Amino acid sequence: MSELQAEGAVATPAEPSYLKIEGLWKAFGDFIALREVSLDIARGEFICFLGPSGCGKTTLLRAIAGLDPQSRGTIRQGGRDISELPASQRDYGIVFQSYALFPNLTVERNIAFGLENTKRPKAEIAARVRELLALVGLPDQAKKYPAQLSGGQQQRIALARAIAINPGLLLLDEPLSALDAKVRVHLRHEIKELQRKLGVTTIMVTHDQEEALSMADRIVVMNHGVIEQIGTPTEIYRHPATLFVADFIGETNRIATTYSGGAVKLGDATLQTRETGLADGAAVTVAVRPEDVLPHAIGHEAGTKPNHLPVRIVDMEFLGSYWRTHLASAALGGTPLVANFSMNAVRRLGLSAGAEMTVELPAERVLVFPQGDTRGGAHG
Amino acid sequence: MAEAAALPAGRTTRLKIDSDGWIKRAFMGVIALYLVAALALPLYAMLSKSFVTYGFDLSRYEFQVSDESGTVWGDPVTAAALNEALGKFAPEDLRSSSDGRLSAPDLFPDFSFRSPVKYRIRGTSDNAPYLVGLDLQNSTEWRELDSNTFRRVNLRPVTTTGLQNYQEYFSNPVLFSSIENSLFIASVSTVLTVLFAFGFAYAINRSCMPFKGAFRLIAMMPILVPSLLPGIALIYMFGNQGFLKGLLFGQTIYGPLGIVIGSVFFTFPHALIIISTALSISDQRQYEAAESLRASKWRTFWTVTIPGARYGLISAAFVTFTLVITDFGLPKVIGGQYNVLAIDIYKQVIGQQNFEMGAVVSVVLLIPAIVAFIVDRQVQKKQVSLLSARSVPYQPKPNRRFDMTMLAWCATMGVFIAGIIAVCQFAALINYWPYDLSFSLRNYDFNRMDGGGWAAYWNSLELAALTAVIGTAIIFTGAYMVEKIDGFKTGRAVFQFLAMLPMAIPGMVLGLAYIFFFNNPANPFHFIYGTMAILVVSTVTHFYTVGHLTALTALKQIDAEFEPVATSLRQPFWRLFARVTVPVCLPAILDISIYMFVNAMTTVSAVVFLYSTHTALASVAVLNMDDAGDIAPAAAMGMMIFYTNATARILHAFASRRILSRTQAWRVR
Amino acid sequence: MTKSTTLALGALALALSTTALWAETELTVYTAVEAEDLERYAATFNEDHPDIKVNWVRDSTGVITAKLLAEKNNPQADVIWGLAATSLLVLKTEGMLEPYAPAGLDAMDPKFRDSDNPPSWVGMDAWVAAICYNTVEGEKLGLTPPASWADLTKPEYAGHVVMPNPASSGTGFLDVSSWLQLMGEEGGWAYMDALHNNIAAYTHSGSKPCKMAAAGETVMGVSFAFRGAKEKANGAPVEIIIPEEGIGWDMEATAIVAGTAKEDAAKVLVDWSVTPKAMEMYNVGYAVVGIPGIAKPVEHFPANIPEKMIDNDFEWAANNRAAILEEWSKRYDAKSEPKG
Repeated sequence: MSELQAEGAVATPAEPSYLKIEGLWKAFGDFIALREVSLDIARGEFICFLGPSGCGKTTLLRAIAGLDPQSRGTIRQGGRDISELPASQRDYGIVFQSYALFPNLTVERNIAFGLENTKRPKAEIAARVRELLALVGLPDQAKKYPAQLSGGQQQRIALARAIAINPGLLLLDEPLSALDAKVRVHLRHEIKELQRKLGVTTIMVTHDQEEALSMADRIVVMNHGVIEQIGTPTEIYRHPATLFVADFIGETNRIATTYSGGAVKLGDATLQTRETGLADGAAVTVAVRPEDVLPHAIGHEAGTKPNHLPVRIVDMEFLGSYWRTHLASAALGGTPLVANFSMNAVRRLGLSAGAEMTVELPAERVLVFPQGDTRGGAHG
Repeated sequence: MAEAAALPAGRTTRLKIDSDGWIKRAFMGVIALYLVAALALPLYAMLSKSFVTYGFDLSRYEFQVSDESGTVWGDPVTAAALNEALGKFAPEDLRSSSDGRLSAPDLFPDFSFRSPVKYRIRGTSDNAPYLVGLDLQNSTEWRELDSNTFRRVNLRPVTTTGLQNYQEYFSNPVLFSSIENSLFIASVSTVLTVLFAFGFAYAINRSCMPFKGAFRLIAMMPILVPSLLPGIALIYMFGNQGFLKGLLFGQTIYGPLGIVIGSVFFTFPHALIIISTALSISDQRQYEAAESLRASKWRTFWTVTIPGARYGLISAAFVTFTLVITDFGLPKVIGGQYNVLAIDIYKQVIGQQNFEMGAVVSVVLLIPAIVAFIVDRQVQKKQVSLLSARSVPYQPKPNRRFDMTMLAWCATMGVFIAGIIAVCQFAALINYWPYDLSFSLRNYDFNRMDGGGWAAYWNSLELAALTAVIGTAIIFTGAYMVEKIDGFKTGRAVFQFLAMLPMAIPGMVLGLAYIFFFNNPANPFHFIYGTMAILVVSTVTHFYTVGHLTALTALKQIDAEFEPVATSLRQPFWRLFARVTVPVCLPAILDISIYMFVNAMTTVSAVVFLYSTHTALASVAVLNMDDAGDIAPAAAMGMMIFYTNATARILHAFASRRILSRTQAWRVR
Repeated sequence: MTKSTTLALGALALALSTTALWAETELTVYTAVEAEDLERYAATFNEDHPDIKVNWVRDSTGVITAKLLAEKNNPQADVIWGLAATSLLVLKTEGMLEPYAPAGLDAMDPKFRDSDNPPSWVGMDAWVAAICYNTVEGEKLGLTPPASWADLTKPEYAGHVVMPNPASSGTGFLDVSSWLQLMGEEGGWAYMDALHNNIAAYTHSGSKPCKMAAAGETVMGVSFAFRGAKEKANGAPVEIIIPEEGIGWDMEATAIVAGTAKEDAAKVLVDWSVTPKAMEMYNVGYAVVGIPGIAKPVEHFPANIPEKMIDNDFEWAANNRAAILEEWSKRYDAKSEPKG
């Protein structure tokens, strides 16, 4: 395990964890879907499980919910060992991508579903339903059937139904994936607000990095059944523990080279990097995010300044808020470099295709990963 | 790729089972137990019965013979020893049936009934039955008889087990020819039905001919009547006094011809439904592609239409084949002397009381039915993947010549189907065909006839109603358990297998198996024998599979996340079941119940061995009245079944619409 | 179940059963008597014995016999009233009948009772084989009616004769067994070989050949006389022909099922079944009944029936039934190509 990964895992909360997962394994026949997963979640946290499909994030969620029990390992919720408890005896509310609203019941009956037969008086239930409808911003939809609502509205009802019973844990299984982009962005915000208001510990499964970055207190990045990194959104983004994380969250330029004394060689150029603790001569992959490629004015001499590269602009794509620029550099051999230059920078520096220029790759933004990291490498 | 690693050593976590889990398992256990008791065990009883054989065991009898004075006795000698010395009976001569007799004097070559010699006989074991005249003896005491009485001594067979029945069956050319006949009839009927139904389905799905709705209705009519009813109509049309007899050019309708025509009639709607479904899912885009490639209509038909519908065609063929080969009513009515397997079972059991041989024929009949079933299941699986593909439905374009051709074809089939029903109605109302053609309701006076009278009709109604209600409840609950229970994989797989099995079991085979299983006094369920209950059980079981599949399809369309959501809301499963699952599946539930009702009204094969005098049924009455030569009343009873089923269908349609509009308001956006 | 509920239920059951016993006894009676006669039989019996209720279980001879045999170890019937004697003989060889000498036994024709003493069964009436001949269809085809069994093999009748299958029909079996008795084994089979060439169909039921003749589906049907008379009464153009060689016959008979719990009521019924009143009741449909001198001529019935009845050896028929049927089906069951 590299030091960087250890650094990512530092963000363990100080207070005793509400949900504690230890040594969780899950096998489907010969296929290992979860491999020694351990995780602590604090009360009131908003956690995202993020990863490509098949990474095990949904499997982990279903194990927590007791829908598909783990093969090995323990899960404790609020100090109680729930590893072997059936779903009905655990304490959570759940929302699925499909909303799973009961189509033949009105909105209010859907929300009241978990409240009925709890010996509560009818009036109390009705009041609670009204309260929840107001909370999710749909106070006047009570008598409608789910099919009469939009997707976003339906998901809000599903959310209201899940929190109606005041669960200790709220599980969201790709709740926004079925919605169109605009509604999705809007609902992200609302869910986050709601979660903050209620203070309910929440786990959301998603494959959408933007969603995870914008909503989560902490993100659990998973791949091939293992946790790659746990950390806050900025930690994950700024300090990816593995090449996989770096690649999966945001974009990177990747260059294979060797490491030597706090720097790497790219052709003639030398790139200073962050301190890595790697031995000299180690084969490494260098990763730089396109937005971390800083443009300098045309004609600016690269000279021998460290971390400066002379490049030629091969091609520019206008993507609205920025230009996606393909650069070629003798120092990189044939490997192209992708940079995102802001509109302002392009205008200010007068960049255009074919121009020669210098770019800077700041040392603190140059990520170095040892090669042979199979998990990361698999993503290449 | 991740490094290969196995789970660490240790116990695999299993969730504790909550009360819901127990209730679900209990439910599934009860329904699985039902299927075991109503299906697996009876079939096992039948199978073992087919190995029960009867034979004379000569070592069980001893004789003594006196001299002419009748006072001096020779040494006792066993019948086996006598036979060995004499070489009279070879081992195969000693095989017998339950009704067999072996004349004792045959073991004494110099026997004369006038001689003063006396004989003694005794058994050497507890079970050594023999007859003196008609009196059954079974004793190890010596019995002394004069010659004239000894003439009347017959040994009786005892039971053993072995393959003898099968040997006998396959060495009997008459019984064996039934296999050939059955296969012939089923193959010819299958080819014709699939061809005709394909034409009809093609017209309905691929042409712009008028009156499609009416044709669809007419095509479904045969489902509403017992399979033997077309036989009765054919007798009136083509029998020796038939008004269309001339059309046959001297051929007789009694025999393969009649069976095939009748089979096409009653299997037509079954094949039509399957083929029509297959044609309706074809993709418009493929036709547009073919057109853009300038493929001729004919070429498009063979390269697009037929391959697209091939699974439907195969499935329809096997369903038709199974229906024909297991049908018993039609060959009974119009088969003449043309023996088929299903008739053999009836003859062996009812006519000759040879239950063991009936069981053997049943086992033989099971083979083609099971083969057809397996092939059909394989094909169905492929069809499902075809169905799930998103495609643009085909939109036929008007083409006057083509549409008129299709109309002509459908009209021909329509006249054939409606004609058969009309002839039955006509037959039911004629006073005395062909000598008194005045109309009367005399033939509806069922109480004057064999078959159980009007009581049989009311019994049928009761059976149909009970089957619809109880059967639907059992089937739907069972399907729910299979589809929606979590974990318990093996149990569910076994259950699923049991639920699919009835489709492969011909009704008569099931009925015969029930005789063996339930008519055993040691069976704790013996008390249902001869009651309405056994008829309900048999009918529900016989038609279980289609209902089960309908329910499964409906349940699969329900969001799989409902159960986890309800669980997370800490609601028991039955609350979700009652509040959501059942209401959402109500259309499917109504479909299952009308299916059960209609089939309970029309089935003959599943109940023909099981009804008793108090539970005589309308469908069996049709059979028995025809059997007794009361053909017109048989037609009248058949029409009663038709009216009832048609009414039930109409009520079902109304009820469905009403319930849909009331409880399924959510379906409308 | 608690002890007290068991007791209560037991008491209730006892109360119910004693009430029933006091009111009336119900007898389960298995029969093959024609459906339309059953009500009349029960009503006439109840005129004399209103306290005994008859619950009929009716089916064709073959089915009822099969049913009784199937229930051998667990009989459901109390009495058999109106089943072919040949069937009762089979049941007797299985030890299923309770011997009983009913009051009035002496008055009966000795032919109409089991020769054992006490008899295991007593006869009611005889039903006789006959040919139903459709005169209209016969005329159309230019045929003349047959007068004898031998006539039935005439080549011009080819395809116009229908007879019951002896394996499933009691009537069919009595035809076959009577031919074998009349003509001897060899002659009988030779006759049937010849007859087989003329047969259009072997039916499962004994009355169907006559009904087919009545409906014109065939010209002549080998059936029983009673059926022919009924069809004639219904207006069918049929004649009942009694072949001159003599006719096979069987009788309907009555017996008590061994092991019945209602032996007293069963005996009352059997006693009544051989009274002159019962005989008169049988005479409505049957020309020959168990007590000599009672029978009156039956409408449409040929008068010469009693003298044409052969001397039937029932024991021989019963003990050779299996062998005869095996031989028969070996010879003729393969008739797979029906003739028009």
